[in-house]
Amino acid sequence: MKKIFGKPDALKDNPFHYCPGCGHSIIHRLVAEVIDELGIKDRTIGVPPAGCAVLAYNYFDVDMCEAPHGRAAAVATGMKRILKDRVVFTYQGDGYIAAIGTAETIHAANRGERITAIFVNNAVYGMTGGQMAPTTLLGQETTTSPGGRLPLRDGFPLDLSEMLALAAGSVYIERTSVSNPKGIIRTKKAIRKAFEVQLEDKGFSLVEILSACPTNWKMSPKDAVRWVDETMTKIFPLKVIKDVA
Amino acid sequence: MSEKTLMRGTHVLGEAAIRAGCRAYFGYPITPQNELPEYMASAFARMDDAVFIQAESEIASINMVIGAAAAGARVMTSSSSPGISLKQEGISYLAAMELPAVIVNMMRGGPGLGNIAPAQGDYFQATRGGGHGDYRVIVFAPAYGQEIADMTRQAFDLADYYRIPVMILGDGMMGQMMEPVVFPEPIDPAKLPEKEWVVNGSKGRSSRIILSLWLDPPKEEELNWRLARKYSAITEVIPDQEMYLTDDAELVLVAYGTAARIAKGAVHRARESGMKVGLYRPKTLWPFPSKALAKLCDHVRHFMAFEMSTGQMVEDVRLAVEGRREVSFYGRPGGVVSTPEEVAAIVSSAYHGKAN
Amino acid sequence: MKGRILIDRERCKGCRLCITVCPKKQIEISPKLNTKGYYPANFLEEDIPDTGKIECTGCALCAITCPDVAIEVYREEKKTSKDDTD
Repeated sequence: MKKIFGKPDALKDNPFHYCPGCGHSIIHRLVAEVIDELGIKDRTIGVPPAGCAVLAYNYFDVDMCEAPHGRAAAVATGMKRILKDRVVFTYQGDGYIAAIGTAETIHAANRGERITAIFVNNAVYGMTGGQMAPTTLLGQETTTSPGGRLPLRDGFPLDLSEMLALAAGSVYIERTSVSNPKGIIRTKKAIRKAFEVQLEDKGFSLVEILSACPTNWKMSPKDAVRWVDETMTKIFPLKVIKDVA
Repeated sequence: MSEKTLMRGTHVLGEAAIRAGCRAYFGYPITPQNELPEYMASAFARMDDAVFIQAESEIASINMVIGAAAAGARVMTSSSSPGISLKQEGISYLAAMELPAVIVNMMRGGPGLGNIAPAQGDYFQATRGGGHGDYRVIVFAPAYGQEIADMTRQAFDLADYYRIPVMILGDGMMGQMMEPVVFPEPIDPAKLPEKEWVVNGSKGRSSRIILSLWLDPPKEEELNWRLARKYSAITEVIPDQEMYLTDDAELVLVAYGTAARIAKGAVHRARESGMKVGLYRPKTLWPFPSKALAKLCDHVRHFMAFEMSTGQMVEDVRLAVEGRREVSFYGRPGGVVSTPEEVAAIVSSAYHGKAN
Repeated sequence: MKGRILIDRERCKGCRLCITVCPKKQIEISPKLNTKGYYPANFLEEDIPDTGKIECTGCALCAITCPDVAIEVYREEKKTSKDDTD
């Protein structure tokens, strides 16, 4: 029997600290698989967030440089401008990219920075214990939206990807999910395309990935992925949002 | 050495940075330092190995500095008081991640929006750290165009050598004043020593991480003590000052930057009326040059700190003097610039023992 | 085509997502705890030596879905004349 699936080379052996059923570690594997397939492991630099995935540098076997919370797009900009022939990607959660990091992300896209943003949307602040995020759905209960998110108090779920598509410098933006095998396979294709847009020096690329957070949604992994498929995708439809590559 | 040229302070700083091998600048418009980003923009536009970005905010620009520094570039950012406040978190990260960078603050009247006139109200922020955690940054305080040129070169060299952010503290007046300057020879950044800690792709080595998260308290403590050892090593070597007519002085004015130039005028006037007055001018504000100041206590009976603020550096003077001599303060905050005569009058009454 | 999977009991956190996607229903939760205190997933056909009786086709849906890269997938190679020269 031939081995046809295993740990990608661009992932270290360290077991993940993520909760059972968390989408982060699926996405880590997909990014690592793409790095392997493109053969860019030794010229890729990652910028992890300060969130659940802050420990991403324990998992990606590539050079990593931490960014202050929210500022990955700016750190990656400074890095890529210096290392023009290297590959730079940011890995950011929804609070990170669409709340505190909104300005940096929009302007990185607007400048068409040759960086790839991996935007993990799980509709909560995970690491800090399940607070409301910019992408929390109306009516969704979190520790800071008691009784469910109310527009007048908490605002509406923010679709940053659509906003970024308006920035002329953005070239490829897609929203996928890792809540089922089909979605996971689709996500890998999108990540690969995003990296290729960077490699071909075309402009800013971003993949938004809907991802389950069983612990903070207080659901079983099975229910959590179903909630992504049945509820989240209604507000954040899965589609190619922009592709002018 | 290049030949002498007449240049305004902000341009001197920009030119000196480029000659020091700086090839990355990130900034944001704020008076009174706009001529520096403008200078860097036009200079870098004529160079093909240099990166200029006017960022969307001072916060974004300091974070671009983090990225460029982690990639190994000699990198600079500049701003003025309110903008420097916005950069404080980033500066704390630079210190924690031991990343070299040069940060220029052309101070202006504050707090809050303040105004665009020259002031020195950011002394504590610069020397005590406006960001979080135990960290320090080297702080240079030029007073003359030539010093801006020399200290900028030193700032980049020390930043790389100690892997620490270095701040150049000027003010609105200094940035605009035109003075003759001779620049040191330019450095070719390609010939700078290789930085074996950068993250630039793990080709031919194992992957590297630059971070400041240490969840395990003993590990964080270890980092803190490692930084502390670095800072004490710096304190042994870097402190620098100008001592003007202090050998026979009974009263010594202590002032830096533009305030020191005004104080020197006051010293001359006091000397003309027979008073033995001198000036002690710190050139580094952190580490503060306290040793030489303390030694002056042998013969100086009164120290007067003169600042363009309500009094901040005066505390470092007191720390250096440790109660052995009287330390008083005179200053004008808010962008008001005293005249030498005004200061001389204050000195005179203090000198003759009358409380001012 | 026949296949086989290898589940790393210690990496598995018992999230059960592999169980939900396995088309042949050949994965279940093991009654034995792993060292982290999870009941990990268990491949039912692990001990069947005769590949003829195996249901698993090596489709890898389980491994694709697994959040912890805890599953390795093996697949029988197609019997083609070229095989002998491998």
